Order: sequence, then structure tokens, then C-alpha cells
Amino acid sequence: MTTIRDAAQKIMQTAIGLAPERWLPGGTPDPLIGRHGAIGSSVPRVDGPRKVKGEAPFAAEVPARNMTYAALVYSTIARGHIATLETDAAQAAPGVVLVMTYRNAPRMAPPAVFMSDPRAAGASSLPVMQDDAIHWNGEPIAVILAETQEQADHAATLVRVTYTEEAASTSFEYAAAHAHRPDNVLGEPAVIEIGNAEAALAEAAHKIDRTYHTPRYSHAAIEPHAATVWWEADGQLIVHDATQMLNGTRWTLAGIFGLKEEQIRILSPFVGGGFGGKALWNHQILAIAASRLSGRPVRVALSREGVFRVSGGRTTTRQRVALGARADGTLSALIHTGIAAMTAYNNCPEQFSFPARHLYAAGSFKLEQKVADIDMVANTFMRAPGESVGTFALESAIDELADDMGLDPIELRRRIEPAKDPTSDHPFSSRHLLDAYARGAERFGWSARSPTPRARREGEWLIGMGVATATYPYYRMPGGTARITLTRAGHACVAMASHEMGMGTATVQVQATADRLGLPLTHVTFAYGDTALPPGTIAGGSSQTASIAAAVTAAGEKLVSALLKLVGNASPLAGLKAGDIVARDGGLGHRALADRFESYVSILSRANRDQVSAEAEAPMPLEVQKYAMHSYGAQFCEVRVNAVTGETRVSRFLGAFDTGRIVNPRTAASQFRGGIIMGLGLALTEETLFDERTGRIMNASLAEYHVPVHLDVPEIDVIWTDTPDPRAPLGAHGIGEIGITGVGAAVANAVYNATGRRIRDLPITLDKLLGST
Amino acid sequence: MLITINGRGMEVALDPRTSLLDLLREHLELHGTKKGCDQGACGACTVLADGERILSCMALAVQYEGRSISTVEGLARDGTLHPLQQAFIDHDGFQCGYCTPGQICSAIGMAAEIARGVPSAVTPDLAAITILPTRDELRERMSGNLCRCGAHNGIIDAITEICTTEAAA
Repeated sequence: MTTIRDAAQKIMQTAIGLAPERWLPGGTPDPLIGRHGAIGSSVPRVDGPRKVKGEAPFAAEVPARNMTYAALVYSTIARGHIATLETDAAQAAPGVVLVMTYRNAPRMAPPAVFMSDPRAAGASSLPVMQDDAIHWNGEPIAVILAETQEQADHAATLVRVTYTEEAASTSFEYAAAHAHRPDNVLGEPAVIEIGNAEAALAEAAHKIDRTYHTPRYSHAAIEPHAATVWWEADGQLIVHDATQMLNGTRWTLAGIFGLKEEQIRILSPFVGGGFGGKALWNHQILAIAASRLSGRPVRVALSREGVFRVSGGRTTTRQRVALGARADGTLSALIHTGIAAMTAYNNCPEQFSFPARHLYAAGSFKLEQKVADIDMVANTFMRAPGESVGTFALESAIDELADDMGLDPIELRRRIEPAKDPTSDHPFSSRHLLDAYARGAERFGWSARSPTPRARREGEWLIGMGVATATYPYYRMPGGTARITLTRAGHACVAMASHEMGMGTATVQVQATADRLGLPLTHVTFAYGDTALPPGTIAGGSSQTASIAAAVTAAGEKLVSALLKLVGNASPLAGLKAGDIVARDGGLGHRALADRFESYVSILSRANRDQVSAEAEAPMPLEVQKYAMHSYGAQFCEVRVNAVTGETRVSRFLGAFDTGRIVNPRTAASQFRGGIIMGLGLALTEETLFDERTGRIMNASLAEYHVPVHLDVPEIDVIWTDTPDPRAPLGAHGIGEIGITGVGAAVANAVYNATGRRIRDLPITLDKLLGST
Repeated sequence: MLITINGRGMEVALDPRTSLLDLLREHLELHGTKKGCDQGACGACTVLADGERILSCMALAVQYEGRSISTVEGLARDGTLHPLQQAFIDHDGFQCGYCTPGQICSAIGMAAEIARGVPSAVTPDLAAITILPTRDELRERMSGNLCRCGAHNGIIDAITEICTTEAAA
């Protein structure tokens, strides 16, 4: 996503310095920042009733006449070629409509891999079913279409295949020995060196030099990936998808199938959890190809195993963090380097070194990322890619240093709080991390923690507390366009091909638009999830709230201009300029003169118009060129570790966040808690088990991939500074990802405080703590 | 075969391999019941069979001939949400909404289990006549229903509200 930003930066760098822009120095902060209205209210989700009634239609639930059901056959080797492939029995099985393999699949261009173009959405650049080559264990080698899912599933078992195997890269240690530095890490340099950090480390009065390991993780959204697709008689392609990148998917599919974008419509009004995983993988492409061959609609609903085979997750990392400190607790050296496993066909190097680029002051820095090529399903973005596992390493090391120096870990962070961004030198737009720490420590009761490990014990249970910093960048994606349609009845509908996967997007945009236009919540709707609407930006990088709000602001300004053109001489608004106008009380009025006001209903009635529409693209996100813009948090954790079994239970958790203004406390709390809970899984239970002999994922099920369940989740307290960022639309930052950051370290640090054992290898399973008595 | 779905008797003709879940979703177009794993691991497909919660993906439809099945679509009455549906909204007990129907159906079945005095792994006194719907009881008993958005606190809050209201009534 940074590369998308990066591509836009070239344009921005020429544009910057032209007309002062709202979010820049000299620009006026969003006027809604100081206003109290719908923004800041705990509004219930607008899609709540449909969801609790089971009426929200997901991608695998869209009806189509003459439907066929798809089943996929997956390779069982990691690399090589198909030697023999027998499909006659499958073809002859009851109900089978089509067996598609590389022999009869239509010719398709390889997907444009994400980051290769601002519009690209492909998870990998590998061609899809175009020849007999196998690139990962689990790659689809055949598609069966049948009249029912049962018939398709059965026929899939009848396909017989043999392979010519080739040596595959499936060992992380082996691949790490040949790791290489990528050209860039999401558009940022792969290495940053300031001063001579290794020399400073060698001379430091206090030093920590540790290696941390994090495993593969899976998004494990409860809705398996699915699509329902068909070709219309006029050649139009309809894709009901579960996606967090509507327009990118459309552009990429157009390239694969040689279509114009206008010939494709993608709909995705409801997505049953994304977390980075609901992207363009093989299954949609294969379903579209099979639909073209069969001439019938296709529903491809991946099995749970299929989700693990076809869509990748977070990759494994090995990270070194070395900290050199002076006697006063300030840092003379900050080193964060490491290796992430990646395929040769994608571009997702798990940016674990990003937090260290922005969090703390140090006399010298060495930050470097490498990648190790592995033959596996393409890894991808998963909730706070990089920052989630990067903060595990960095924040564990900070805790180790504090312990080594006999300093409270929060006090150590006070001493290394930077005045400006430590690697870019940019001023912070808004940074209140220490405020978050202070509020969190007070509420959590941090002062009750003993700095000495193993100081609290209740029977078999050792009890400890830990803390860690959360951080995630502010992103605002370019390219989004909003259309506002205002009706004569005084209702506004905002339309933009955005994504609502449960984050509360639709709800908070209704709130923001209501305040922007001076309308009650009941008079605003938000249309999204359909490429027939003006283009949206991806649901990634916690960017949608700001990205959509900026587009709505631009469209709102156009709408005001359009309305002013409609008012005649008889209107109280006659003669007023857009700059004089504020939207309030269901209409427009002079910013100072109360009687110069006319309602929207009156304006449209007087002009005899049923509706007025305005559409505008958000301005480029120039604010990130001038400011270091990030969100922060302090994660507090209390664990109980069983001294006999090594079982860790999280008994209390509090997250104190500094993420700009909170638009909706209710949905925000859920986003924070959701991130924290996924972080508890990252810390304690989750691991995608990869057999390094075969390259096969061995726990491709929700029975063996262990997401936290109800009993694993304590009541989670979340608080926030609610301090607006003057450089962000609404003063708000996106908050979908920050919740997971820092959690791994907060748990590990609490485990250390409880047991005296440092676990530097996630997840912290029982075996690693056995013998803690 | 004959089967009752949300109070309506229906006659269906089926491939005997069809699961109860696929009968609902693919044959009767009742998509409220969700498929999350199709192997009994996630609870998204939970429905009530004669009031008892079951995983419809692990049930062949033909096993339920003559039985009465309730799904999420049958909970609201005359356009009014079931109190637990409303409580899920009030406590923000969901985000994406995909696990939600299973959570709600499971909770209704679970509340009946508590009312019947069926103990769980965390029940302090297995012989107790009355079991209190404590948070620990609810969390243990709902652990077969996975949620990935992390709405666990809101879900338990919503169920607590209903269980305590019913216990008081």
C-alpha cells in the first residue's frame, strides 16, 4: 500500500507547493474537528439488523439461474511438473459439467501483482493454470464444475495425477542463508543506516542483542473465500466477490481476461472478515475461466482447507533487535534487522522494521530487511503486516533492556521519546504516546507490578504484568471518488465503491456525512461494495476512514457550489459565496448570520429539482509528505502462567490508544478489541504449521489452527486519548490494525514478569514454559 | 422427506449426501445459517433441532426427517427482533456478521442447557440444581462458536443480558 502511495508521490512531489491544501501547513484543519454532532457518538451499526437476522447476503449466497458449483483439486508437491493427469472418471461422474485443467483452460495473462501498479490487486504474478508447472504445495491443478456441490466434491476425488518433482525451497533456515535485500519494502528503503550503530552498540554501557522468531499466521476469517460469477450475454462479467479491493480486482481481472474495466462489475456488499486476506487469489480467476468455458454461472466457495491452500497468510520472520543504551537510559544504538520468507512472485516482505523507523530516539540506527525465497502459497498482508510481528521483537527487546537496567519499562520509553521522527526528521502531526501510557498505567494499576519476576503466585499460578507500545502508520489512499446525491426530501446518499467488512465503515461515514452536510443521521445513507459506484480505495492500511472522508469532503464542497447555483434571488442565500457558507440544520446558511439560511428541501423545491448530485475525487494525500503521521497505543497485559503445565491465561488486558479523534466509540472499541484478540492468538495459540520437507501446510483447518475462543478472551478494556490529528480528515486515524500491534510483546513481557522466562519464539505455547516451577 | 423449518412443514427430495446445512443454504435458500468450515470446528452453522443446538454441517439432512429445525431466520416475530438479536446490536456483539447467526442460535440452545441444569467443564458444583449464567459459564459454553473479528466481549455481554433478564423473569 505504501507503493501505491509511493507511485502517487511522484505526482504529489510536483503538485506540492502549489495551492495550499487543507491538511498541510498553512491549510485550515477540517472544520468538523472541533464540532460535536454525529461524529463522536456511539451510533449502532447501520447494517446491524440485517446481520443479526441473517439477511446480509455474502458472496456464496447470491442466487443465479442454472448455477454450477466448483470444486478444486490441489497439488500435493511444492515444485515440479504434472507428469500424468487423468480426468476421464471425473468427467464421467454424475452431474459433472466441466473438468478444467491447464490443457483446456482459456489463455489468461498473469495477474498484475499487488504493488506493481497502483491499480494491481493480484496476490501473485504467477500464471493461473496455464501449463503443467507446479509452484507450491496446494496449487490448484483442476477445477470441477457440477450441478451440485456434492457432485463436484466427489468428482474432484476422481482426478488422478502424478508429478515429476523438482527440488523446492521449503526450509526457512536454508533459504535464509541465501536471503537477499529487496529493492524496496513497500516503497520504503530496505535499509536505513544513520551513524554507525554496530560500533555504538559495541561501546554501549548497557546492551541487549537478541533474536526473535515469529511463525506463519492465517487470517482465518470465518467466511471462507467465495465468489459467484457469470458472463452476461453481452460479454459483461459479473463477479460477486468477498473482497477488500474492489477496483483493484476489476482492473487486474481486466488485464487477465483481456477486457475493458467497464465490461466487469464486481459486487461485495458484505465480507465475512478480511484482515488482509480477502484479495484476488486463484479461485476467482479459475471460476471466471470455468464460467466462460461452460457458459454457466459458477459458485466457487472454498472449503476451509482450500482457504489455506489457495490464499496465503502472514509469513514467518527471524528478527534481530540490538539496543545500546547510555547510563541515563537514552539509546546510542537501535538495530532491527531480519529476514522474512516470501515467494519470488509476490511483493509482501512483512515490514517488521517499520516501527523502529518511527518510534524511538537513538544516536544511531541500523534497520534492514531481507527476504528468503520459499516455494509456498504467496504470503500476504495480514492485520498490521510488519508492525504486528515487528513490535513483538522491538518491544520485547525494550522490555529486556529496561529489565537489564533496572528501569521501569514505561520510564525507559519516556527517556527515548523522540521530539521528531527519528529517521525522516519530519515533525509528528500528532503524537501522544506518553499520554496514552500515563492513562493506561493509571487505569490498569501498573504501579502494583513488581519489577522482579516471579513475585506473585496464587497456588499453581504465577502472575505477571507486561506492557508494550502499539503503533501503526496513518495512510490515506489516493484515487477515491465520492458522489453525493441530495434529494428534494432532504436525504443524502453517499456512493463510493468502498468496503465494509465489519469495521464500521458504513456507519462512521454516515456519521461524518451527516455532520458534513448538517443532516440528521436518519437522512444519510452510504452505498458501497459495488464497482458500478464511483471508485473507492482498498480496505487496507487502516486507510478507509480518512480516504473516504476526504473524498466526501471534496464532493460536499462541490455540492454546496451546485446548490448555490440553484438558489435564486428570492433565497436568503442569494449572493452568498461558497466561502461564506456552512452546512447546518438540514440546509445551508451563512457562517455568522443566522437568518441567512435555507433548507435543502426548500432549495430543491424552489429550483424544482428532484435531486442534485456532486462527485469529486479526494485530493492527493500530501499530508504524509510533510508530517510523520502515526497512531500509537500502550498495551497492558496481565497473565497467569500455570507453573505445572505451562498454560498461559490472559487474565486482564487494557489498550490505551492515541489514534486521533474517535468517530464512533462503539465501533472503535470493537475494532481495538478485535485487533487485541487477534494479537492474543498471535502471542499464544496461532501458528500455520508448514512442513519443511514437503512445503505443505499441515493444519489447514479451524480445528488445528487455533484462533482464540470465548474462554481465551478476558474482558478487554480500551481507552483513548481522543486527541484529534489536525492534519487528518475528521482529525481521525484509521484504527483497524493498531490493536494487534504490541500485543505479542505485552503478553511475552507479562510472561517474563510472571515466570522469569523470556520467550522469543512465538507462539508462547505450553511446551516453551514447561518447568517454570 | 418431511422436515419442519421455522415452523413450516416442507417436503424435500434430496441427494442423501446433503448436509442439513446445504439443505438450508443451497436448496431452501435460507442463507442465514453460515458455512465457516464444514467440519464442525467453527460453529457458524449452528441451528436448533427441537430446541437443541446442533452443528448443521455435521448433520445429514435425512437424519432430521420429521424433526423441527429453527434457524436465525425464524427468530424475529412479526418484524420484532428476538431479544437476543437486539442485545447483539446493543452490545456490538459482531463486526462482519458472519459468525453471528451461529452465535445467536448457539446462545439460545445454551441458555436452555443452563436452565435444564446441564453442567459444563467450569461449573463449580456438578450436582447443583441451579447453574448461574456467570461469564465463565457463558464463555466456556460458547467456545465452540468462533469469532475472528474479536467481538467476544460484546457477544458475552449480550448473552449475559438475556440470561439475567430471563433468570429474573
